[in-house]
This record gives sequence, structure tokens and C-alpha cells, in this order.
Amino acid sequence: MSSPLLRVEGLAKSYGALVVTDDVNFTVDEGRLVALIGPNGAGKTTLIDQLSGSAQPDAGQILFEGVDISAYDMPARAELGLARSFQIAAVLPEYSALENVALAVQARSGSSFRFFGHAAREEKLNAPASAALERVGLLARAEDPAGELSHGEKRLLEIAVALALRPRLMLFDEPFAGLGSDETRAGVDLIRELKSEYTMLLVEHDLDAVFALADEIGVLVNGRLIAWGTPDVIRADAGVRLAYLGDEAFA
Amino acid sequence: MFLALLAVQTLNGLQLGILLFLISAGLTLTFGVMNFVNLAHGVQYMVGAYLAAMFASFTGGFWSALALTLPTALAFGLALEILVFRWLYDRDHLSQILATFGVILFLNQGVKTIWGAAPLSVPMPLALSGSIPLMPGLLFPVYRLALIVVGLATALALYLLINHSRVGMLVRAGSTNAAMVSALGVNIRQLFMLVFGFGAMLAGFAGALVAPILSVEPGMGDNLLILAFVVIVIGGIGSIRGAFLAALMVGLIDTLGRAFGPQMLRLALAPAAASQTGRALAPMLIYILMAAVLFARPSGLFPVKR
Amino acid sequence: MTLRSQRPAILLFAGLALFPFAASFGADTYLLTLGARMLILALATLSLDFLIGQGALISFGHAAYLGIGAYSVVLASMAGIDDLLLQALIAIVVAAVFAVLTGYVSLRATGVHYLMSTLAFGQMLYFLFVSVSPLGGDDGYTLSSRSLLIGEPRLTSDLAFYYLCLTVLALAYLLLVRIAGSRFGRVLNAIRQNPLRAAALGFRSFPSQLAACVIAGSIAAVAGTLLANQSEFVAPAFMSWQRSGELLVMTILGGVGSLWGAVLGAITYLTLQEALSLWTDQTQVIVGPLLIIVALFGRRGLAGALVPRTSGGPA
Repeated sequence: MSSPLLRVEGLAKSYGALVVTDDVNFTVDEGRLVALIGPNGAGKTTLIDQLSGSAQPDAGQILFEGVDISAYDMPARAELGLARSFQIAAVLPEYSALENVALAVQARSGSSFRFFGHAAREEKLNAPASAALERVGLLARAEDPAGELSHGEKRLLEIAVALALRPRLMLFDEPFAGLGSDETRAGVDLIRELKSEYTMLLVEHDLDAVFALADEIGVLVNGRLIAWGTPDVIRADAGVRLAYLGDEAFA
Repeated sequence: MFLALLAVQTLNGLQLGILLFLISAGLTLTFGVMNFVNLAHGVQYMVGAYLAAMFASFTGGFWSALALTLPTALAFGLALEILVFRWLYDRDHLSQILATFGVILFLNQGVKTIWGAAPLSVPMPLALSGSIPLMPGLLFPVYRLALIVVGLATALALYLLINHSRVGMLVRAGSTNAAMVSALGVNIRQLFMLVFGFGAMLAGFAGALVAPILSVEPGMGDNLLILAFVVIVIGGIGSIRGAFLAALMVGLIDTLGRAFGPQMLRLALAPAAASQTGRALAPMLIYILMAAVLFARPSGLFPVKR
Repeated sequence: MTLRSQRPAILLFAGLALFPFAASFGADTYLLTLGARMLILALATLSLDFLIGQGALISFGHAAYLGIGAYSVVLASMAGIDDLLLQALIAIVVAAVFAVLTGYVSLRATGVHYLMSTLAFGQMLYFLFVSVSPLGGDDGYTLSSRSLLIGEPRLTSDLAFYYLCLTVLALAYLLLVRIAGSRFGRVLNAIRQNPLRAAALGFRSFPSQLAACVIAGSIAAVAGTLLANQSEFVAPAFMSWQRSGELLVMTILGGVGSLWGAVLGAITYLTLQEALSLWTDQTQVIVGPLLIIVALFGRRGLAGALVPRTSGGPA
């Protein structure tokens, strides 16, 4: 492949005197899994917000498949094929797990301005939705209201929703946050399975998961990318070790 | 002649604005600090007027009636807070709308039951009765001037209280982030009660003040409630300064618009059309203003910084 | 929508269909007229429930559509158009235009600001009609007779009029339930439940919300045409903010979201007002506290109290 799927150039954002994104540049090639790590307060979520469209950068460009999407709003980016999961799982609590995913299928299949017809009975929506739920292991909970799912199940539901969107790029905001070790292990296995089919950008805290999954890692400290490379390169980087002083993963 | 008319209507507009401010101040704080839709604020104003009428009939004088009304209005507001409103702070706006609407119905009927449907009168204090000449050809009632002065003084006192006292600081903090204030250890329940009671007292105070010049009757607060909502939306929810400036704006625009609108339109339209359009547009002016503010500056003209 | 989940609605409409039989044993036309009026306001309340329950658009100006419908009848008959179906069509078109124009301003706001914005437009319309003297201004306009229905004066019979109102109400209910369960309804509900998630899926709020306003407004305007016929009199008070407030109260009382709850809420509220007024003229002393109690203790309104909510989408 010649041009990267995602190219970020000179991205910068400040909240008053606080600089949260400081001249960030990187690319994500198709088929790769890139992870962004960094200590607390490094600006990881703000970066994802700017990529997905829920925050506006002060400067810089975001190029998706060669198109400058910096001024696009969230729905526009979603339509282009950016799927995002949220750190605090954003599901539709009154709808069942199946309905949540079916809506994502609906977003990619034809007009949503149909006023008649029974959305709940549309096989065209329910079949792919069930398939996505099965892929993440949530089929048993298909009929349960999303609001009643456990935290881990909600994260899985978000992944199912992302899958149903058939995205070009998946943006995961701390997908393993708040999960127990078993759930994290299952989550890592799932994402490893999906790696071959999707391009992913992960923002994550859990270094074991990151080192197990990532093709490339970027390290964000105080809004600035201080290092970029394969897991081995990052593990050996002195600057990164300093940033994570005392962290067992680097021992 | 025209100048005199303009002056009179400007003063009338100021008076309406001051009145609106006294009512809106409590409303904007309740909204800003507690995120509480209080439709019953208008009846608090009405209760103040009725209390003034009642006390005046006991004591025979305006000043004593006013002095008695203030604490009673405060107590009444607190009673409502304890009985009904405090259980609704955590609920959604719909429940709040339902409950406060019920309070309006109850109180509007209640005063009718106790005092009858006919308007009550409250004696004008002798010292403030009569009119004084402000300019040649312009006689303006002393009482209305006094009202404007008292209202401005109250606004100043409120400004000092909000901006230069510890309580005021808590209220300001609460109106930007109530959860944070609570997390910092402030008794949020007490703060809410204080804000609510004080706002109710201000509204009741306004009602007592206008009792000698307006008719004290059931439902007198209803239309002012709507105007108060317009004021706080234009001014910015939670902002006392916004409420003050917006109240004056609304009072002036509404009064001057109704008084001079049709005439001013005659510069552009034929007399009959001007009169017709003027009569239609004048009462709409403040709503057009509110819609414009919502369109251009959704947080209001002088919003609280969150 | 299964037959079972619609059981409360079926019972409700069956009861309403049988009501005239009870009425003929009673004070004949009085009860029928009252009943028709209740059905009409229930129709307006139903449309507001759609707006709030599916779209989370709490409007304090919904009575404006009642006014639009009512005055459409007046203006149409002045222009020689006496057939109710045509008048309703005119009402729908005017309502749709009003909804779109005001929606462009109101929908930029959320929450309380949206509430106030809808109030502002309701007030503007109210004052507009107050000022138009050929239409009677504040005093209102008396219609010479009820509208024709498909060419004939079929509506002069109170019984026929009652069943017309019931039919319209039933059709509107079925329509709204259908729309709520459609693809469009899914998106609208998603925006209500979690606007961020909806945006992340690619759904913009504005088009869906605007469509919801047009749908709800049109139905309320149809109610307005029926209201004009019911009283054969139209006044700006039809669209006062107090009337908008009442519609809100009836919607909330019935329990937002179930649609049939709105019908129940309206009928309960109006029946209560009417029944109490026969006994005392201090009705609000009782109704007021009742509303407070329902607000404090009845979280899901009457519908929620009668039928426990099951999971998954709209009713």
C-alpha cells in the first residue's frame, strides 16, 4: 500500500494555558494495529476525540484516505468509515444488545428515513447484528437491555457495534479499562482475531495488552509524541522508560 | 410633549424591568444552581402580594404590612421547598414541570378560596402617594419612582452579596458546578434551601411592592412567570448580572414597543397597516428577541462561565 | 409491536368506543360533547408524547398547532372551503411549514433552552392571532356550522362527531406506533438515549428531530381542526401557554413514552377536572396536589403504574 489510511500532521490543541496536544505527527497504515500509550494526563483521550470529531484541534490536519477530514463533524467521519468506541461505554441503554448492533447495521445499509416497516423484524438488520454479537461472544445477551449489561459486556457490545459498521478504521479508547484480568485476556484474544481484518488505533493503559497486540506503538507524554516504533524498540527506549519510571512493564 | 411621553414610558419600562429582575433573580439561581424548572415561581410573587394585602388589612398600614410580608414570604418559600421541591432536585425536568404546575393550580385556587376572586387593594403609603413633576408637562407617581429606586438598591445589595460574601461565592460556585461544591464538603442541601428561600422571598417582596399599584388577584403571577423565563434565557441561566440587564431590556422593549411601535411603523407603512402590524408585533418583540438570542448565543447574553 | 404488548391500548380504545352507549343513558349530548372534546385533546397529547417520548423534545408551545388547525378551519371556510378533509390538509401543510421554520431556530438549543424557545414561538403565534381583528382577535371567531365531511353535513350529529374523533385518534395512534418502530423511529430514539453514540454511528440529530416536529405538529393541527368543529368557536386562547402547559401535564401524567399512556393521561386529567367541577368549584385545590403526588411517587405516570415496562424499544 502506498499511502497510509490515516495521517495526522502537526495536530495541536490547548485549553487556555494547558497544552493537551503538542505538534503530534503520525501515520497508520492499512491493516496495522497502532497503540498510543502514555502516563495519566498525557492527552490520549483528547487525541482520540480530535480524531473522531468530538473535539476540534487548534491547528494541524487529519487526513483519512487522503481526504482532509479536520473540519468534518462526527457523523461525517463515521460515514467515511471511522468507528469509535468510548472509554465510558456509550450504548443505548433502553435498547437490547441486538437492537444496539442492528442500528449500527442500519447506519450502513440504506436509508434511515423509512417511517413504516418494522425495524425490529428486519432480517436484513438482525442477521448481521446477530453475527457481530456472536463474534464478540455476546449472543446469549442479545435480548437483554444494554443498560443492564455488565461493564465488560458493554465494552464487548461496543466492539460488536464497531464491527457492524464495517469500518475502515477502528478507534478504541481504552478498551480494557475497568475490566478484570479474565475479561482483559478474552478482550485481547478477540482483538488479536480481528487484527487481520481491520485497521485499528488503540489508546490504552494496559501495557501487557498493548505489547501483546500492537504492530506499532506511540508514546504520548504531556501531549507530545516522544517515541514511536515497534514494541521492542519502545521497550528499549530510554526516554520512555523515564516517563514510566517505576512501571513494572519496563523492568 | 413627545419627550414627556417618552420619558414616562421609559420610566414605566424601567419599573417593569426592575420588577422582572426581582422575580427573575430567584428563578435564575434556582435554575443555575439546582437545575430545577420552577414553574411555581410566579405564584410566589402572587403570594407576596396577597400577604401584603392581608397584613395591611390587619395593621391598616403599608410599611408594617411590607415588614411582615418579607419573613412570611421567606417562610412560605421554605415550606414549599421542604414539602415538595427538595424531593425533585434529582428528578428529571418532566417531573419538576408536573409538580410545579400542580403547585400553581393549587395556589391560584387557594387564594381564590381564601380571599375570593375579586381583586384586593392595598393602601398606598401616604408618604409616597401623589405625583411629582420631573420635567415640564411630566408628572410621574412618586410611588413608582420609589419602586425603581428600591429595586435598584436591592439589585446592588444582591450584587454585593453574590460577589463579595462567602455565601455568595458558594452560590456562584454552585451555579457553575454543584457536584463539585458538594464534593468539597459544602452542605449542598442547606445551600439549595438558602437559594430557594431567598429567591422566593425576593419574588414575594416584588409582589408586596406592586400591591398598591396593581390588582392583587388570582393568576397575577402567571404572565409574569413567562416574562421571567424570557428574561433568564436572554440573560443567561444562573447569572444574576444577566438577569438584571435582561430584565431591564425586556421591560424597556416591551413597554416602549407597545407604546411607540405602531407610531414608529408609520414611518414605513400606511397608518392602518402600521397600526395593525404594530399591535401585532409589539407584544411579540420580546419573544422575537429571545428567539434571536437563542439562535445567536444559546447560553444567553451574559452567561455564567462553566 | 405485538398484539400482547398492545393489550392496554386495545382495552382503552374499546372502552372509548363503547362510551357513547353509556352516554345515551346519561345526559345525552352533554356527555357526548365532553367525550369528543376529551378525544380531541387526547389526540394533541398523543402527538406531544411522540415528540417527548421518542424524541426527548419537551415542547412548551405545542398548543400552537392546535391553534393552527383551528384557525385553518376558520380561514378555509372564509375562503369557501368547507370540507373537513380539505381543511385538515391545509392545517397539516401550515403546521409542517411552522414546524420547519421554528425548528431551524429551536433545535439549535437543548433542554431548558429548547423548552423556552418553543414557548417563545407559541407566544408569538398567540399574539399574532390576538391582533388580527377580522378573525375576532381576543374574543375569537364563531363558526356558522360544523364542517362538511365528504360533501355532506354529517358532523351535525354529536354521535357521528364522537366516532369521527375516535377514528382519527385510533388511526393516529396506529400511525405513531408504526413510526416509532420504524427505522426512523430507531434513529430518533437513539438520539434521545445517547446523542453521542448516535453521532458516532453517523446519525445527525437535526433531520430526525425536525421530522419528528413535523409529524407531531401535523397531528396536533388535525386535532385543532376537530376542536374548532367541536365548539364551533375558535379563539387565540386555544394556543395559550397555559394550554401548552396543560398538554405537557397530561402527557407526563399519562407516562411519557407509551403513547397509549398519553391518551389515558389526557382522559384521566380531563375527566377528573369535569367530575370534580360537578361537586365543587374548587377543583384545582384537589387536582394540584394530585399532580404533585404523581410527580413525586409515580415515576412512569399512569401507564407505568398500570403496566410494568418491559425492555427493548418503544411500546
